[in-house]
Amino acid sequence: MARLSVNIGSLQLKNPVLTASGTFGYGEEFADFVDLSRLGGFVVKGTTLHSREGNDYPRMAETPSGMLNAVGLQNKGVGYFIDNIYPRIKDCGSEIIVNVSGASPADYVAVAERLAPLQGIRAIELNISCPNVKQGGMAFGTTCAGAASVVSAVRRAWEKTLIVKLSPNVTDIVEIARAAEDEGADSVSLINTLMGMAVDVERRRPMLSTITGGLSGPAVRPVAVRMVWQVAKAVKIPVIGLGGITCGRDALEFLMAGATAVQIGTANFLDPAATMRVIDEIEDYCTRHKISDIREIIGII
Amino acid sequence: MKICTDFRLTESRHLSPVYGLLTLQSEKPLPEIHAGQFAQVRADGSKTTFLRRPISICSADPETRTIRLLIRRAGDGTAALLDTPVGHLINIMLPLGRPFDIPATDSATDRPLLIGGGVGVAPLLFLGREMRQAGLNPEFLIGARSASDLLLLDEFKALGDVNITTDDGSLGHRGVVTAHPRLQRPVSHIFCCGPAPMMKAVAAAAAKLGASCQVSLENMMACGIGACLCCVEKTVRGNVCVCTEGPVFNINQLTWLD
Ligand SMILES: Cc1cc2nc3c(=O)[nH]c(=O)nc-3n(C[C@H](O)[C@H](O)[C@H](O)COP(=O)(O)OP(=O)(O)OC[C@H]3O[C@@H](n4cnc5c(N)ncnc54)[C@H](O)[C@@H]3O)c2cc1C
Ligand SMILES: Cc1cc2nc3c(=O)[nH]c(=O)nc-3n(C[C@H](O)[C@H](O)[C@H](O)COP(=O)(O)O)c2cc1C
Ligand code: FES
Repeated sequence: MARLSVNIGSLQLKNPVLTASGTFGYGEEFADFVDLSRLGGFVVKGTTLHSREGNDYPRMAETPSGMLNAVGLQNKGVGYFIDNIYPRIKDCGSEIIVNVSGASPADYVAVAERLAPLQGIRAIELNISCPNVKQGGMAFGTTCAGAASVVSAVRRAWEKTLIVKLSPNVTDIVEIARAAEDEGADSVSLINTLMGMAVDVERRRPMLSTITGGLSGPAVRPVAVRMVWQVAKAVKIPVIGLGGITCGRDALEFLMAGATAVQIGTANFLDPAATMRVIDEIEDYCTRHKISDIREIIGII
Repeated sequence: MKICTDFRLTESRHLSPVYGLLTLQSEKPLPEIHAGQFAQVRADGSKTTFLRRPISICSADPETRTIRLLIRRAGDGTAALLDTPVGHLINIMLPLGRPFDIPATDSATDRPLLIGGGVGVAPLLFLGREMRQAGLNPEFLIGARSASDLLLLDEFKALGDVNITTDDGSLGHRGVVTAHPRLQRPVSHIFCCGPAPMMKAVAAAAAKLGASCQVSLENMMACGIGACLCCVEKTVRGNVCVCTEGPVFNINQLTWLD
């Protein structure tokens, strides 16, 4: 069997398959369908310093080969995560990566500082790309200066692996990736959702309470593959690719375009065991093509 | 324990131009399922349907590994399910959500009242059966547009007394369920599933009667298992997921009557 292990910063993942924040809960929700210990790792829901109620219902609209969401970072805050959720999941046998959000660099730093003592959390993913909150979120991810301000502040407070999640809602994602790399990020993940909108023409109103939302699913995949390819060519740190992956073949597209690891998001809603299937299909591909180490095909394009 | 597996469609009964009843047999043993829980059903027959569709479980028989789903033709996804040829496979994840809370006892003068409208009668049939098994004597109040929209009446009548309202007066009392005389008399426990305006009216009527009232919500869903936070309803505890904390809620948890 091929060697599937890859490195992201100081993390050594047993395989390149992770889950995407906001689509896999805290892992536990999938316990009946997924052997969590088989995953390379999983990224938990966006976590903020204080609890957030998120946006009003309706927060979701189905679109061709995808969906719009406007959840708005509903979560119970980092303290609740540490006291109540972390103890339940810390021994699941897989890397747990916390997705961190905030309205100011100080917020991001405060969350990172609270997470730093946890042995079982060896990486955080900074969400500077959420299109569904008014303050912060994507505001930091759409300019180099904004990205640099958050990444440099968190870098000083967080010694472990630091992943920065990029927004596709920019003119040039490469320059934002470079800014994150320059400030000391260990890896960049992309893409977060693409800003979108849908209208209910019978009722003559937007489908989402927030009017606009974030598009995910297979509909965004070609955009995501292109961005991963561009960024992987431009930075030296490992790139994590995501956007519309539903099967092994989709994941391999990202790996060949330059991603060292991938995340599975919306596909978890269609098939709760999607992550297991993706791992199996990558293994099958390697066997069929006599690949002994997955790194042989990473970035071959 | 939840399962996600293929079910074979063994029977597809046409009840009316808009309603159908599917009987499906699981490849795997069925886990424990209770009235009020639902399934996330993949509509592979529809090219325009991306997400699974939440559908209430209308009955479940562990011995034959079969479930029944009562479906209203709402759009492409439900149409594809209703048009699936018998013998084909349908992928289903179940059981999801929390069931109805069944009262411990009742009496001849105070029976649980199950109120349903349209496709909302699906979980009430299951609930009526569970109540009978628990030694209770449920009574039903079912509303429909017209006599031909009343679904599975024989099965309801086998479980208890059935009160009927129709909008056009073609059967039972003319008008909406909340205008039925049964709701003028005292009752302790009401269980309701139907269109949102109907459930809100029933909740208000229950409050007036001092009755407890459980309703089953139909918020739009993506995952069905508490992972995406798309299906939230405002409650006295803030936004909660209908797919995991519901779909059944006691109305004292909701903010409808505020
Ligand atoms: C917990 C739960 C239990 C349900 N039980 C049943 C059941 O037993 N039988 C049944 O027929 N239906 C049930 N529904 C409703 C069913 O899920 C929707 O009718 C279905 O998703 C519509 O899909 P579609 O592709 O046919 O239509 P779409 O093309 O998606 O929509 C058609 C129309 O239906 C509306 N709609 C879409 N989703 C929903 C929804 N979740 N609830 C209400 N309206 C919706 C849309 O606004 C649109 O106007 C249930 C919903 C939930 C959340
Ligand atoms: C319902 C939902 C909630 C999400 N929540 C978050 C979040 O909290 N933080 C984050 O960084 N990304 C979040 N995302 C974005 C995903 O992690 C991912 O970047 C995006 O969906 C693209 O991948 P996909 O097409 O595989 O889903 C969310 C996506 C969805 C669909
Ligand atoms: S539908 Fe995903 S959380 Fe309820």
